[in-house]
Amino acid sequence: MNARHESILNHARSRWLWFSLALSLTCLIAYAWHSPSVPPNGGTWLGYTLGTIAGLLILWLMLFGLRKRSYSGSSSLRGWLSAHIYLGTTLILIALLHAGFQVGWNLHTFFLILMLLVIFSGFFGVYCYLRYPTLMTRNRDSATRSAMLEEIAELDQNALALADGIDPKVHSIVLRSIQNTRLGGGVLTQLRARDDSDAALAGIRAALEAREKNNQAAGGAKSGQTIFAMVDFLASGTNDRQAEALRKLIDLLSRKKALASKVARDIQYQALMEIWLYFHVPLSFATVAGLIAHVVSVFFYW
Amino acid sequence: MSERFRIAIVGSGPGGISAAARAAERGESHVLLEAEPHLSNTIFRYQKGKFVMDEPGILPLRSPVPFKAGSREAILDAWNESAARLKINVRHNHEVSAIRRRDDGLFQLDCANGARFEAQFVVLGIGLQGNIRKLGTPGEDLPFVQYQLDDPDEYEGETIVVVGAGDAAIENAIALAKQNNVVIINRRDEFARAKKGNETAILKAIEDGLIECYYNAAPERVDALSVGRKKGRMVLSTPNGKAQLLIDRVIARLGATAPRGFVEACGVVFPSKDPAAVPAISPQYESNVKGLYIVGALGGYPLIKQAMNQGYEVIEYIRGERVEPADEPLLKAKLGGMPGFRGVDEALARIQKNVRVLSHITPLQLREFMLDSDLRTPRPGETVFARNDYTNSFYSIVDGEVHIALDDAGQQHITLRRGEFFGEMGLISGRRRSATVKAGAGCVLIETPRRSMNRLINSVAAVKREIDEVFILRAIQSRFAPEASAEQLKEMVAGATLQKFAAGDVLFSEGEIGDCLHLVRVGSLTISRTIGGKDVVLSYVPAGNYVGEMALLGESRRSATARASIATETVRLDGDSFKKLVNRMPVLKLRLQAEYRQRAASNLAMQALPSGGDIIQFLLAQGAGEATDILLIDESLCVRCDNCEKACAETHGGTSRLDREAGPTYASVHVPTSCRHCEHPHCMKDCPPDALRRAPNGEVYIADNCIGCGNCERNCPYGVIHMASKPPKKPGLLSWLLLGLGPGPGEAPYDPKKSKKEPKEKKAVKCDMCKDEKGGPACVRACPTGAAIRISPEEFPAYAQSRR
Repeated sequence: MNARHESILNHARSRWLWFSLALSLTCLIAYAWHSPSVPPNGGTWLGYTLGTIAGLLILWLMLFGLRKRSYSGSSSLRGWLSAHIYLGTTLILIALLHAGFQVGWNLHTFFLILMLLVIFSGFFGVYCYLRYPTLMTRNRDSATRSAMLEEIAELDQNALALADGIDPKVHSIVLRSIQNTRLGGGVLTQLRARDDSDAALAGIRAALEAREKNNQAAGGAKSGQTIFAMVDFLASGTNDRQAEALRKLIDLLSRKKALASKVARDIQYQALMEIWLYFHVPLSFATVAGLIAHVVSVFFYW
Repeated sequence: MSERFRIAIVGSGPGGISAAARAAERGESHVLLEAEPHLSNTIFRYQKGKFVMDEPGILPLRSPVPFKAGSREAILDAWNESAARLKINVRHNHEVSAIRRRDDGLFQLDCANGARFEAQFVVLGIGLQGNIRKLGTPGEDLPFVQYQLDDPDEYEGETIVVVGAGDAAIENAIALAKQNNVVIINRRDEFARAKKGNETAILKAIEDGLIECYYNAAPERVDALSVGRKKGRMVLSTPNGKAQLLIDRVIARLGATAPRGFVEACGVVFPSKDPAAVPAISPQYESNVKGLYIVGALGGYPLIKQAMNQGYEVIEYIRGERVEPADEPLLKAKLGGMPGFRGVDEALARIQKNVRVLSHITPLQLREFMLDSDLRTPRPGETVFARNDYTNSFYSIVDGEVHIALDDAGQQHITLRRGEFFGEMGLISGRRRSATVKAGAGCVLIETPRRSMNRLINSVAAVKREIDEVFILRAIQSRFAPEASAEQLKEMVAGATLQKFAAGDVLFSEGEIGDCLHLVRVGSLTISRTIGGKDVVLSYVPAGNYVGEMALLGESRRSATARASIATETVRLDGDSFKKLVNRMPVLKLRLQAEYRQRAASNLAMQALPSGGDIIQFLLAQGAGEATDILLIDESLCVRCDNCEKACAETHGGTSRLDREAGPTYASVHVPTSCRHCEHPHCMKDCPPDALRRAPNGEVYIADNCIGCGNCERNCPYGVIHMASKPPKKPGLLSWLLLGLGPGPGEAPYDPKKSKKEPKEKKAVKCDMCKDEKGGPACVRACPTGAAIRISPEEFPAYAQSRR
């Protein structure tokens, strides 16, 4: 076994890249050398050969789903995936050569488009697989998702207890915020990575500002509109216990906000790494159906 | 006033109850003294419905009391029924506090409740659990004061005082705090005795106000109240004076007193201070105190069936009957293959006469030793074990000879003869075999598994001394001077000493003057240098290698710091005698220099990498230094598909043995919660049926004779073992794909709740590195992106260099 990490693209010194390049080159040379009496199409002997290769390739690419689910055996799944990617890419060229670059408003072109959709959704998958794992690790910062969720729940409890001692309005703001915090959910929510912890923070800030205004009115004019100035004001000692609690509450809610956006982002990355499969796999089954229709129609109705 | 019986049996565990039953059956005058109000307290305290197994399956049961694998309740019911049927004279609530042999030859047994008994013979079957420590205050036996907690969810809305600061107390308090008002009482000002995780958890619970804590406090008394809503009241003494708590329940978790002190007070001698040591007993289970017999776990026999057989036999022996020990047929089958076999006793005597290491032990120990061991008679030329095998059994030569190959071609070899032993290097270092051993003419060997050998080494000092001496000589010989004879090395061996280092201890530091070198015997070292004010790890030195020779050969100062990465033992070789040896043997000097050049080159390569050493340091901090094979996940490649976990579950009966997400990460290198197959596996430490084994390729696995006791789960510091029952079978791929029957490949098996009534047999499960899969570890094979790899610590430097 190898004592280092290799990605799917450079598996076994990019063996499958070279294989795919060689296959493409062979097909291109054959296509250039072949000069049939009619314009190149699927009906010539080269067309049939390329078509057979492409058809078999599609079936083999489909087998990946089975291979992924059979856990015994001795080959590595990484090698299969590497081959799946490179040979899948080669399929574009072979299919186009097979068709002699002819397209039209017919079943065959529809099948070609289906196949291209599958392949390009696969490209998006490769992009996701290469890009998001690193981002996900960085975002998580060594915490697990369940640990972050636990901490959020705990912050909620503490915030509620704190708000309870301030005033009913603040309490209801915090409670509403807790009830409104939704992480995950439908596909779109997952992909958008939004959480609703902003509203509460804004509410608490407003409450603090209102208090500050009152205090200012009582204690003379003081400049400073921002929350930072207010924190200074609070720290100056003219505040009461409630303001102290409010300040603590802001800390808690800010921390929660940071965590909630982290979790939302985590879910987003995970969703991105999975969503493409929901297109790739059904479309690939449709492609197989298309393949059958293509072959049947060619042999029976041409 | 004291009662007199012929036989007094102390403790009603499997051994005691079996002895009492046999005595009752035979009409002997007997008494069974039990501290608790029920029989067999250890099994009684198992959790409800626990499945108890009856290993070893090959051993026949010999007892008037029935026992077969089943739920705790079924076993206890059968025992209670037998006790009543056979009219065993049992006295509950009689905790024996002292046993004394009087001058008139009778034993006098004093109980904590003041009762006194006299007996001609005493059978001690008190096990190893010890006595639960009670509160030691008035009211300690009130009905709402309890010393264990089966199910924390049983209690709701109560005020509960938990007394104690250990793991059990903390775990109980936290579990109870979910539904109850919990107060924890700590005699000291911190929770230092508990595991790190528990300590953090309790401190957090206290800070969050979930649990109230009294530090430096001790209960003074507990009173029952007849009025008010609370059942009782506890008076506490605290640093601020007395406090009073109204309570529903007290749960005291104060640990247990180990039985050793009590046993020693009875006059029984233990061979060593090692906590694993067991008292020496005769083949008839009699201790050094005449008339005092020891059965069961206390005598070193931890399994229920063994103890029950001994209980039966001990009564027969006391009656003067000769019983063939229950293991006689097993030993006969084992030793029958010995050339010139006449009988078990004769064969055992021959073994003891021929093998010097075994001459130090008692006949009963030898029987036990032979039950665990195997007799092997390989043909001449047959390989006993091969170099780089991971086996760790120990071999003694009863007859004939073996050849140890010194080079790969097998041209040069050393011959060992009758009475010598080999395999001690693998046993001690926990690493691969250092040489291939082939059988010679007339070879008869005893192969002993690691656990039995370690137990012997720990309980008989003479065995340990002898093995250590031979180890040092052979280690020097094989590492430095295979050409030299024992005579030439005599001076060096005499000056060699064994040294122990805790993890993180420094063997020598950079810049010191070197006067010795170290051969690593157990554990591993890291070599580091201070570069730019920072300690940079340059290499990892596993057991079997040496460090510090260069300061003796050329430069006189140490060029780097050597530090123990885990608990380590080295053979320290004296510098002067080593220099002499080098001067006498120019070949050695050349060889050392060649090795040095190689090391220096790889160290330089590591130095050139700014972060290379950091990764090694991170891995070692995760305990990877004691690993032999560790799963690493590159998080920049991992797409979190969990196919590794699915593959693990699919290839191992539906339960994944790895937790991908858990575990620390550094610079994208993630160490998931998964077995590292330690050199000296912590899980093997205390396995009653010896079910934890090491396969020739290094895989530490659990054999089918696991009894589900959970010791390994508790002993593993990495949390990679858990208890699981077999999930239901899954449908085939096609019936899932086409008909949708049951869970598909990689999907979790359905909740087996349907059959919840019946106690499910739970066994320990852990990673076995897919030793039965021809393609190797399924987790690695099933990773679609190549994020998961398994590597051994020797490969860390190369791995670190590959990640820049």
